[in-house]
Amino acid sequence: MSTSVYVPKDAGALSLGAGEVAAEIVAEAGRRKLSVNLVRNGSRGAYWLEPMVEVETSAGRCAYGPVTVADVAGLFAADFLNGGAHPLAHGATDAMPWFANQQRLTFERVGIVDPTSVADYLRHGGYQGLSKALAMAPGEIVQAVTTAGLRGRGGAAFPTGIKWKTVMDQKAGQKYVTCNADEGDSGTFADRMLMEGDPLTLIEGMTIAGIAVGATQGYIYLRAEYPHAYAALNTAIAAAKQAQYLGANVAGSGRRFELEVRLGAGAYICGEETSMLESLEGRRGEVRVRPPLPAIKGLFGQPTVVNNVVTLCSVTWILAHGAQAYAGFGMGKSRGTLPIQLAGNIKRGGLVERAFGLTLRELLYDYGGGSASGRPIRTVQVGGPLGAYVPPAHFDTAVDYEALTAVGALLGHGGIVVFDDSVDMARMARYAMEFCAIESCGKCTPCRIGSTRAVEVLDRILAGVDGERNVQLLEELCETMVQGSLCGLGGMAPFPVQSALKHFREDFRARRVS
Amino acid sequence: MESLSPAESALVRRIVADHQGRPGPLLEVLHAIQAALGFVPPAAVPVVAEALNLSRAEVHGVVTFYHFFRRTRAGAHIVSLCQAEACQSMGADALAAHVSKRLGVAFHETSVDGRFTLEPIYCLGNCACSPAAMIDGRLYGRVTAESFDALVAQHESAS
Repeated sequence: MSTSVYVPKDAGALSLGAGEVAAEIVAEAGRRKLSVNLVRNGSRGAYWLEPMVEVETSAGRCAYGPVTVADVAGLFAADFLNGGAHPLAHGATDAMPWFANQQRLTFERVGIVDPTSVADYLRHGGYQGLSKALAMAPGEIVQAVTTAGLRGRGGAAFPTGIKWKTVMDQKAGQKYVTCNADEGDSGTFADRMLMEGDPLTLIEGMTIAGIAVGATQGYIYLRAEYPHAYAALNTAIAAAKQAQYLGANVAGSGRRFELEVRLGAGAYICGEETSMLESLEGRRGEVRVRPPLPAIKGLFGQPTVVNNVVTLCSVTWILAHGAQAYAGFGMGKSRGTLPIQLAGNIKRGGLVERAFGLTLRELLYDYGGGSASGRPIRTVQVGGPLGAYVPPAHFDTAVDYEALTAVGALLGHGGIVVFDDSVDMARMARYAMEFCAIESCGKCTPCRIGSTRAVEVLDRILAGVDGERNVQLLEELCETMVQGSLCGLGGMAPFPVQSALKHFREDFRARRVS
Repeated sequence: MESLSPAESALVRRIVADHQGRPGPLLEVLHAIQAALGFVPPAAVPVVAEALNLSRAEVHGVVTFYHFFRRTRAGAHIVSLCQAEACQSMGADALAAHVSKRLGVAFHETSVDGRFTLEPIYCLGNCACSPAAMIDGRLYGRVTAESFDALVAQHESAS
């Protein structure tokens, strides 16, 4: 009998040699005349153990990692195909505390299924959400999403149901569902993991959205930095078409939904929804003035749903398991779960999906195990390059949209980048403005010129020139950008700077000229 | 402006023809041209503009807006180093200094011998395995000065 061995094809795992490990496992099995059924799954998200190899045993899936090519012969010698003991063995994957303490809803199939197989997707509960949606009236689908309390996971946290209802209520010959897969925030990779590890869940979520709002065409706007996700999505779309879950007659319902992946071209601003629509139309990704909202006048001037990858994948779970079940997770106005990404200088980095409400401290120390360098954690940046730097005094804040806002931070797309005590916060402040200057679309002056001037002011501060006066100037400039910018890039790029000034002021003072 | 060779010109025309009729095709066309030629030659701009019924300014504007599109030929090996926060927290600055010295180029430059192009990239989505780099389209994580040198040697011998 052939044993199933799982070696991730996830970009992160591949970046650490998973491709070579997979090839070596096949070769070693051949040398030993053993039969293995190699499955290239997504990553289960424990990146510190990647490449993490799993073996299907009578006791369930057992994990080994991090595995290098040099370890493979030893694993066979230790009879890992039957879950044998080995220094790299972690026992049953589901029993590992890091996984056992998670609440994986949106990520329930990531790392579990073969991402290329519709049959495997169906075996693991796939397309149950769509099948229920097809039996419901459009208004009922939208109501389910509203009842679930789902808010946009891209960062803006706008109630998804309200957005969908607006699009549903429009009278138009053509409507669109677009997926914003321009996951540009440093410290985030949840979208990428979903698209590589369980792309059919995204396809199903978009199909449900199309059925609900009356859209027959969907586009996934994917960043060019994600070639593995591009391949995975196109493979899955072809498979879904072949199985008639996409096309002119979705699952035999007589309803049409077509889907296409479009590539971005390395512009962070295209994660802003109106800029993304411009880019999808083949233009410079310059931000549009709102109103009109994309829900009323979006892609090619038509009513358009714009949702993030995690949002649409959550819809799939909500329709399959029920709105109340989803709303049962979470706290306050943040319902359901959030896939949190632990990144940067962290010992156990990766993806933790939990109901809203756990604290940063739990994430950093219980899951993350502290810094990778072993030095004290000085700060974490939550919510990407436009997110605030949070000091240890606020580590007991709950992961919740409102709770983080209350301490002057924001949750964004759920990425947490960890820094140890060697970080220079004045340099990080400079970087925030430099990044804004590089990525500004140029449409509004506060962002285009303000960010460049801020870099210059920070250079003077870093050089120890007129410190106090320049810090004051920087604070005023930040305020101008926040108040005067057209979109979130210029309007939020000051957040990391202001938080650094507030919590780490000593880094801006008394700089020696080197 | 260097003009297109007859083969390049035919290729660009064929790419545009393949995409005609699709909604909002310009980015797709530019991606296809860069995939085929390694860059988007300035001489391709008027050809694309005419075929898609756009002004040259509109096409030029799009090519120059997006960091991904290059207007000059790249080196034999393209090295992209992630410079975003997660990688910075794990020593991306020191790695960049090493790489720059090792390859003899600064960011946005191609070495005189045409072997390497070095570029910054803002997030490869490999933030739990920082610092990250991409060499000739292959992603690497937890890159150190030593592992980088080995990888470069590997890519050079593979070509």
